[in-house]
Amino acid sequence: MADYQSYYVPEQSKWPIIATVGLGTTLYGLASIMVNSNQGESTSGSWMVFLAGSLIMAYMLFGWFGSVIREGREGLYSQQMDRSFRWGMSWFIFSEVMFFAAFFGALFYARVFAVPWLGGEGDRGSSNMLWEGFQATWPLINNPDPEAYPAPEGVIGAWGLPLINTILLVTSSFTVTVAHHALKAGNRKKVKMWMGATIVLALAFLVLQAEEYVHAYQELNLTLQSGIYGSTFFMLTGFHGAHVMLGSLMLIIMLIRLQKGHFTADNHFGFEAASWYWHFVDVVWLGLFVFVYII
Amino acid sequence: MSAVAGTHAQDLHHGPARGISRWLLTTNHKDIGTMYLIFSFTMFLLGGTMAMVIRAELFQPGLQIVQPEFFNQMTTMHGLIMVFGAVMPAFVGLANWMIPLMIGAPDMALPRMNNWSFWLLPCAFLILVSTLFMEGGAPNFGWTFYAPLSTTYGPPSTTFFIFAVHIMGVSSIMGAINVIATILNLRAPGMTLMKMPMFVWTWLITAFLLIAVMPVLAGVVTMMLMDINFGTSFFDASGGGDPVLFQHVFWFFGHPEVYIMILPAFGAVSHIIPAFSRKRLFGYASMVYAVGAIALLSFLVWAHHMFTVGIPIAGQLFFMYATMLIAVPTGVKVFNWVATMFRGSLTFEAPMLFAVAFVILFTIGGFSGLMLAIAPADFQYHDTYFVVAHFHYVLVPRAVFGIFASADFWLPKWTGHMYDETLAKTHFWLSFVGMNLAFFPMHFLGLAGMPRRIPDYALQFADFNMVSSIGAFMFGATQLLFLFIVVKCARGGEPAAAKPWDGAEGLEWTVPSPAPYHTFSTPPEVK
Amino acid sequence: MRVHAKRAGALFGGLTFPVLSMADWTVNMTPGVTGTSNEIFSLHMTILWICVVIGVVVFGVMFWSIIAHRKSQGAEPANFHENTVVEILWTIIPLVILVVMAIPATATLVDMYDTTDSDVDIKVTGYQWKWQYQYLNEDFGYFSNLATPRDQITNRQAKGENYLLEVDNPLVIPVGKKVRFLLTANDVIHSWWVPDFGVKKDAIPGFINETWTRVDEPGIYRGQCTELCGKDHGFMPVVVKAVPEEEYNAWVAEQKAAAERERELTQKEWTMAELMERGEKTYATTCAACHQLDGSGVPPAFPALKGSAIATGDVAAHMDIVVHGKPGTAMQAFGSQLSEVDLAAVITYERNAWGNGTGDMVTPRQIVDYISSQQ
Repeated sequence: MADYQSYYVPEQSKWPIIATVGLGTTLYGLASIMVNSNQGESTSGSWMVFLAGSLIMAYMLFGWFGSVIREGREGLYSQQMDRSFRWGMSWFIFSEVMFFAAFFGALFYARVFAVPWLGGEGDRGSSNMLWEGFQATWPLINNPDPEAYPAPEGVIGAWGLPLINTILLVTSSFTVTVAHHALKAGNRKKVKMWMGATIVLALAFLVLQAEEYVHAYQELNLTLQSGIYGSTFFMLTGFHGAHVMLGSLMLIIMLIRLQKGHFTADNHFGFEAASWYWHFVDVVWLGLFVFVYII
Repeated sequence: MSAVAGTHAQDLHHGPARGISRWLLTTNHKDIGTMYLIFSFTMFLLGGTMAMVIRAELFQPGLQIVQPEFFNQMTTMHGLIMVFGAVMPAFVGLANWMIPLMIGAPDMALPRMNNWSFWLLPCAFLILVSTLFMEGGAPNFGWTFYAPLSTTYGPPSTTFFIFAVHIMGVSSIMGAINVIATILNLRAPGMTLMKMPMFVWTWLITAFLLIAVMPVLAGVVTMMLMDINFGTSFFDASGGGDPVLFQHVFWFFGHPEVYIMILPAFGAVSHIIPAFSRKRLFGYASMVYAVGAIALLSFLVWAHHMFTVGIPIAGQLFFMYATMLIAVPTGVKVFNWVATMFRGSLTFEAPMLFAVAFVILFTIGGFSGLMLAIAPADFQYHDTYFVVAHFHYVLVPRAVFGIFASADFWLPKWTGHMYDETLAKTHFWLSFVGMNLAFFPMHFLGLAGMPRRIPDYALQFADFNMVSSIGAFMFGATQLLFLFIVVKCARGGEPAAAKPWDGAEGLEWTVPSPAPYHTFSTPPEVK
Repeated sequence: MRVHAKRAGALFGGLTFPVLSMADWTVNMTPGVTGTSNEIFSLHMTILWICVVIGVVVFGVMFWSIIAHRKSQGAEPANFHENTVVEILWTIIPLVILVVMAIPATATLVDMYDTTDSDVDIKVTGYQWKWQYQYLNEDFGYFSNLATPRDQITNRQAKGENYLLEVDNPLVIPVGKKVRFLLTANDVIHSWWVPDFGVKKDAIPGFINETWTRVDEPGIYRGQCTELCGKDHGFMPVVVKAVPEEEYNAWVAEQKAAAERERELTQKEWTMAELMERGEKTYATTCAACHQLDGSGVPPAFPALKGSAIATGDVAAHMDIVVHGKPGTAMQAFGSQLSEVDLAAVITYERNAWGNGTGDMVTPRQIVDYISSQQ
């Protein structure tokens, strides 16, 4: 065990408790905003709580990641620590996959079971007698109760913006890989160039996605309130979009860290974690493109 | 457990910090484990108090103590607190304490995140319990919170409940990631996977289950949040959704969750029975495979909680067969434990008593589980007290008794003192009698036709309900004795040897008792 | 209460010897009165006995070890810790038992799912907290409410024999006929259960689940809602009266005539006193569960009506909320549940009871006009 480098265990840390207070305050504020606005009461106090929590969270994120980066650069982390980070990140991504799986599952269930049953097909087809005149179609452009859930006038086709977005994201997955190879080869200039390209593609995706939402809300009347099609559409693409935003933020931070020279050719896990996350976001999009837009 | 003292100071490390900062800022797996265990027991008493309210109301027919609205809040909060506040944190606490000791690791893999995982729990439960004092009351739709009772018809506090569940989920996922990273990365040299202690194996698989299903729970409560606050229609047929969709997603989480609450206890009992039988665990490899099989099957059986919702017959048959199949690996485990005891040299200290009761009562719970798996028969059992009896027979003995067994087994290692054996045995016998008195009559009530979650009942159910309430009061009161035993043990008592149980095996018994604040800073070699 | 000692004995017996639960101590499931319930009962007994046998073997070995292999008896530990043959055997044998068990279970399940060729179709709708029965082939229907007086529940009066298991209007079905139930719900999920029939199925809002029964013995059969559905989940029993076919036909004819009479009542000239009298009854069965008999409600979920803005304000707004309900709350649309006469009576009652004293009288014809003006 001559080559054993001891596993770094920090003595104490204030970040976890700050993170707890931050997350608790943020979510408590968020819940109060929703409850109060549902009951038609003032939400300004709740917004204050929410903003205070968010500020604590932001402070915590800078501080916590800051100390991890510092410790890493001070050489406190062994190879074994590096593997812990790798396991941690992989299983975190797996948990994200399962989160999306719940929503994909809901989409599958609605399309294959619930909507056809309501329309009079299959084992529970007699349900249709409760919804006279309702016919099962997908995309569902006529809800069982059109008064409660006004139907959209149309849906987003796959071969317009979504196709462009697919090309953007797949390309960005490719560029981030090129950047990674360049980093391993020690070519910093090339890394920065390809990272820049990746970030531009990511931001372009976000802009187009926003464009698509505006189109859906303003021209198609396709909203969260337009029945199960709108519900699954916006929840899936919305959570994906939120993840793209988070991923872009990670990439931007990695570019800044590259600028500061934080990474070496064989020690750059932060960069790798961000690129793993980016590939994950890309794969989820492919699932979305197929199951939400095409089929 | 202040008796945990830093007696083994090395140059790199020193003992715990003084005062409250030791607990707030700690990164030490033993401190965090202790906090988890204390939190869990606090929640156990709180959830137990709610159970006492429920049993007091059910003592006699008629409404005496609480109104139906409040009764429903009690059943809901009792379930949520026991599942997410008492049982799961207790196992994470045991994992924190024991896994690094068992695999020869210096600490958990990600020590700071470990502390965050813990502190999120009090935060989540603060929010959850605060709903009791909100306008419209606490969640009142059962711990399974079926839509649309929990969405369109839920109280305003439901939104707070949803965020509390999110925080618990974050805590569980981070805790599980930590456990996996620790087990996969920090094992002492020479400890191959198939040499790992059973408790470590079961926790590895539990952690996998947690990471796989907690996000699904987060997903389903997010759908609720959207239905309540943003007008989506996941669970509303008038928009093309389906209330049953909720149940599918919920139980996709819920069934593995059942195993999350049992597998670590399987592991602990697989240490305790060999220790007090003075004989190696029978069939180590088949135990590992059985746990793996149970975990995989647990993803394929969720709809057996929903046999009456009108699933098409093909689905009904699939879920019935898959559920029955789970009996096979579960049976293997029971047979292995019995074979371990067979021709051993048995003594019956408190941990062994709890472990034996665990095997017996869990087998009874398994039998009723097998009965419930028969879909046609389930049409009669479903949502009656038979189900209540079943899941209390699996949860109380396997989770709660498993935790008591583990606590008594490892208390000497934690505190450096032996617990009071007489008191511990008294605690066992009172718990055992109370538990059976409380829950066995529920089988009869269910078979006679008493639905669950009702605050008042028809006269033919009166007598067994009274018996059951008496048993429940007895079981509840007994748990204060456990608190006394632990406090007494922490404050002093006969000093414990490094290995206080002569049949026990494993790295955790090679370090002194109490375990020094930092252990295995240099990994041991495992042959 | 006299039976306590006997029941305690039964309990002790049940704990000690699970076998004894066979005895007639109401500790076991009852076979019921239909083919389905009998099949379920026999499945239940088969699996119970299998469990008992396995239990005897496993616990036998275990207790043998506990008694014979104690350290205090000088037992020395053996050294074996695996045996492939034994391990394979105790994997295969349970598997075989399960396969054998699955065969009759499958057959029963297939039979339970066969809702074709029914003689009578009844739509059962769960409401918070009552059942509605609609005879689809005959075009009439009614609600079935808990009939146990409030005073019995709050212990001000001795509890009757069928405490909590009695309703005002039971479901009536003919014996010997295949009755198909189409189950749905108006608000949250309910579950319709009659143990003696072996019939339990969830009533899910927006969907219809089907199930069926064929009862051969006339009698009154009681069950309950078995899915938590809110505050009064424990107070919405199911009572089914199975009667011979001639009696059933006569009952149907009478129901249709009564429905016709009810329709004629709409045209009648009503006096304030008549409306108040009828309104009080309707209020007690339909509204009092939430708004309370004295109109005080259970705020905030169930607002008070006594002195409320709705009950003392604009009549049209009052009619609107009663007829259409308030979406997103427990206030249902009673337009589809109550007749015009009852709607008029209950609104009149609410506007004049508990000192609300508006003096307003709403007639059935006003309700008819109001509803038709909405369409």
